[in-house]
Amino acid sequence: MPTTVEIPKEKWTGKVREVTLGATPSNGGTRGREVVVGGEATLPFLHFEGAIPHPPVVAVEILDRYPDDWAAPLKEVWGDVMKDPAAWARKAEELGAELIMLKLTLNESGAADGARAADVVKAVLGATTLPLIVRGPGQAEADNAMLVPVCEKAAGERIAVGLCEDKNYRTIVAAAMANNHLVIASTPIDVNLAKQLNILISDMRMPMERILMDPTTGALGYGIEYTYSVMERLRLAALSGDSMTQQPMICFVGEESWRQKESRVGQGVPAEWGDWHHRGVIWETVTAVALLEAGADIVTVRHPKTLELVQSTIQKLMAS
Amino acid sequence: MPLSGLEIYKLLPKTNCKECGFPTCLAFAMKLAAKQAELSACPYVSEEAKQALAAAAAPPIRLVTLGTERSFSVGNETVLFRHEKTFYHEPGLALRVKDTDPALEEKVALVDGFSVERVGMNLVMNALAIENASGDAGTFAGAVAKARAKTKLPFILMSDSPDAMKAALEKEGGMKPLVYAASDGNVEAMAALAKAHGASLAVKAETLDGLAALTEKATAAGVEDLVLDPMPRHLAGALAAFTQLRRLALKKNFRPLGYPIIAFAGNGANSPEEETIAAAQAICKYAGIIVLDHFDAADVYALMTLRQNIYTDPQKPIQVSPGLYEINSPKPGDPLMVTTNFSLTYFSVAGEVEGAGKPAWLLVTDSEGMSVLTAWAAGKFDAEVIAKAVKNFQVESKINHHKIIIPGFVATISGDLEEELPGWEVLVGPREAVDIPAYLKLWQ
Repeated sequence: MPTTVEIPKEKWTGKVREVTLGATPSNGGTRGREVVVGGEATLPFLHFEGAIPHPPVVAVEILDRYPDDWAAPLKEVWGDVMKDPAAWARKAEELGAELIMLKLTLNESGAADGARAADVVKAVLGATTLPLIVRGPGQAEADNAMLVPVCEKAAGERIAVGLCEDKNYRTIVAAAMANNHLVIASTPIDVNLAKQLNILISDMRMPMERILMDPTTGALGYGIEYTYSVMERLRLAALSGDSMTQQPMICFVGEESWRQKESRVGQGVPAEWGDWHHRGVIWETVTAVALLEAGADIVTVRHPKTLELVQSTIQKLMAS
Repeated sequence: MPLSGLEIYKLLPKTNCKECGFPTCLAFAMKLAAKQAELSACPYVSEEAKQALAAAAAPPIRLVTLGTERSFSVGNETVLFRHEKTFYHEPGLALRVKDTDPALEEKVALVDGFSVERVGMNLVMNALAIENASGDAGTFAGAVAKARAKTKLPFILMSDSPDAMKAALEKEGGMKPLVYAASDGNVEAMAALAKAHGASLAVKAETLDGLAALTEKATAAGVEDLVLDPMPRHLAGALAAFTQLRRLALKKNFRPLGYPIIAFAGNGANSPEEETIAAAQAICKYAGIIVLDHFDAADVYALMTLRQNIYTDPQKPIQVSPGLYEINSPKPGDPLMVTTNFSLTYFSVAGEVEGAGKPAWLLVTDSEGMSVLTAWAAGKFDAEVIAKAVKNFQVESKINHHKIIIPGFVATISGDLEEELPGWEVLVGPREAVDIPAYLKLWQ
């Protein structure tokens, strides 16, 4: 007698919010296209259970200056375009990036130069048709000093700015709201803190459709399991109808992965670690893939080969 | 899936005869549910109740063990998401080698000997899959014999032909291999071979119905240690099928599919990188055995690291014991560094100091297994904790100076620490372990 197995499906009551990055001329910006993320009504890539209207996307990370401290394989592969953020962004677009993530840094004397930051953002916007994500150096005062002029200069472009943290979010949220941008709410691997920051930001009357969540990324071998599990918990909460967890998630994979010894060091490491350049790419790719399986909507990467590998993986996972 | 006390109560005689030693049947049922009593204490229990309780006590995903000397076990998982409890049995990693491959012995030796240390653990490959690509029983058996001469790793014997499988099993050495695979046409013959050789048996079918039908035939033939191959056609299909199997076993307690899953990462991959990606997905999402078609050290190291991460118990971060560690035989005048007892932190720091070839004292505080920044944020790695560790581990009796190097990430506690340790000089070291060798070169 043949067995008939019933496919087990969950009946989710909630879904992830849709968030649109970038604005085309008809929406008040100059971008060539808009990128919508979110909208999932099921767990990652489970097409048999619910709708996944938008694929996750891959952003390429660039810096506002030559990245002296980046690992040699990255400097080799990008070459001279790294000396000019606009050229770098253009090259990333040619290679198929769906978003550009520009990280702003302090100048040589350790100061936050807001006017220069705004000029770099303007130049990058001019060089690429892609929507833009802009991050400050990660120190409260410097972030505010740089991101406010950036938001003003890029008014109407619907860039995503961050990072907003519980100790420093008001100034960035206000500047983003006033200029029709999005914000990235960043919390240290904790469901409740993530919810709380979303609440605080929406209390400032920022629409929820303009908030991305950064759960804090741990790289492969360096805490990825914490990020992985907090993302699964956030996504399960979102699908179960908890409104304040329904923001799309962004993971800064390239930055974290290439910071680790496996990616940074080529000499004096065990032979079992394999080829350095390949290891760096695989470390970044495996980190990205694992976090996509946990619910990432945007992953930022540094290496062009990772961009290619992660995009083709997403394409395969979206084929139902 | 364990029954609740009330569910057990319904199966008992409900006579409150007290012969079991408990005042009522309900009290006895509650003790049974808590596993503090044995059902045999009830003299009047029915056969039906015995069977129901035995079935409920069996794990929803069977534990299957491959190998003898270098054995590994998979299955017995209890959750869909690691945060709900933990994932227990790391998936075994195997390399597939064809029986026609002239480099077979070389590859066997490579897989056998590969080992890489990470946070104090040796990460290794677990099995070798030998495929009957020749279609010839003699060639297959010959390859298995050659491989067995090189390794004690368990084998996954891959052939659709019962004759070839029989020949290979005779040369395999009785080390509890996995017979791959039984399908519609050969399940009786393959099950008989597995049973005769004490092997576990993989069943393969493209539908869940097909798999369930095969496992029922195999168990009817007396083979209990089964492994499932749902033969996914692509990455999304593998994720869907593996998720459905795990859910059916755990949420529906569906016995015919309550077995570990085998994944062939190379099937459908267009490049070695794509295969590594498929294997990474299989580690996260529910595979019990993962077979690779290529062996690249960097890829395998990354996959082993992911496996270690995903299978770490979320309730128990890997820790080392707090204490004063000696690295490269330090003398009293050598540098003293302090860090937390999160394993990764300890091994990163200790590894860099060792690698730098500089002798040093490494004071490891009890920070509940948290990394430097996390522990600091939680108040588990502050001036008080460090000062206490300096006293508890009698640091002053081992060294002849009063300088302590703290991690760069907690530079802000310097002042507090100088107050807690009067007469000491607090030096701020680098933020990242990888920068320690450069820092130690400058240490006076």
